[in-house]
Amino acid sequence: MTLAALFLIGLVFGAGISISGMINPAKVINFFDVAGSWDPSLAFVMGGALAVTFIGYRIVLKRRRPLLADAFQIPGRKIIDRRLIGGSALFGVGWGIAGFCPGAALPALGTGQMQVVVFVLALAAGILTAKTFQDRVGRAAQQTDKGVSP
Amino acid sequence: METAFTPWQSLAGGALIGLAAVLLMVVVGRILGATGILAGFLKPADRTDFWWRAAFIAGAACAPPAYLAADGQMPNLQIPVGMPLLLIGGFLVGVGVTVGSGCTSGHGVCGIARLSPRSIAATLTFMASAALTVFVLRHLTGS
Repeated sequence: MTLAALFLIGLVFGAGISISGMINPAKVINFFDVAGSWDPSLAFVMGGALAVTFIGYRIVLKRRRPLLADAFQIPGRKIIDRRLIGGSALFGVGWGIAGFCPGAALPALGTGQMQVVVFVLALAAGILTAKTFQDRVGRAAQQTDKGVSP
Repeated sequence: METAFTPWQSLAGGALIGLAAVLLMVVVGRILGATGILAGFLKPADRTDFWWRAAFIAGAACAPPAYLAADGQMPNLQIPVGMPLLLIGGFLVGVGVTVGSGCTSGHGVCGIARLSPRSIAATLTFMASAALTVFVLRHLTGS
């Protein structure tokens, strides 16, 4: 039941990515190319997505709990740190180079194009590398904490 | 590579992306972040964690074939870069979204809809750095 619902939500998301043109790297890169072949379409994608999510969240989050889970899981962190900004800046560089973001690349896999598979494999390698590194740094920090504390 | 300006299609597609975000929140109470979904699929904390993400990704990947069935053709994909840049770009995106805790869907749509200061800062940062990257690649180095 939950899995069928999630499959359908994924399908709606993928349909949105496909119809909006976000799935097309040339269109994404042109959105950023204000000084060249500028295509402002992606501003409309963001506008449409934000309008629906902004209103929808305000209605949904009045509920006490989701339909098929025990509680809402909303990120609570507030601090804007170097990791957030540095990571996001790095993401922007990769996005500008290849024209795919993770949310566009996943549905794009369904076109069966080899280039998308290559991008997603590199994306997965990047995620796993960063996660492994973060886990190690996290463990090292914990050990240091233990060593320093009385 | 020129692309056509498609305000109505893009607005409608964007609204569907928003609908998916709202549905994911009402059904399982989660933020729709492609980064979190993919990361949790690659390194799942437990089995449930893995399967709901797998179902979402399978659904998303079925969208282009569904588009083909409805429209008679696959959604248009023009990839203006070669394999080396796809590999470099993919790896940088993977590291960046993991360290920055999110991407266009998680920060750009869901986070801004929640008016999260972190997501607003992240979105401004990756939009600016993507624009700067495209400017450097297209107009300064001329590739």
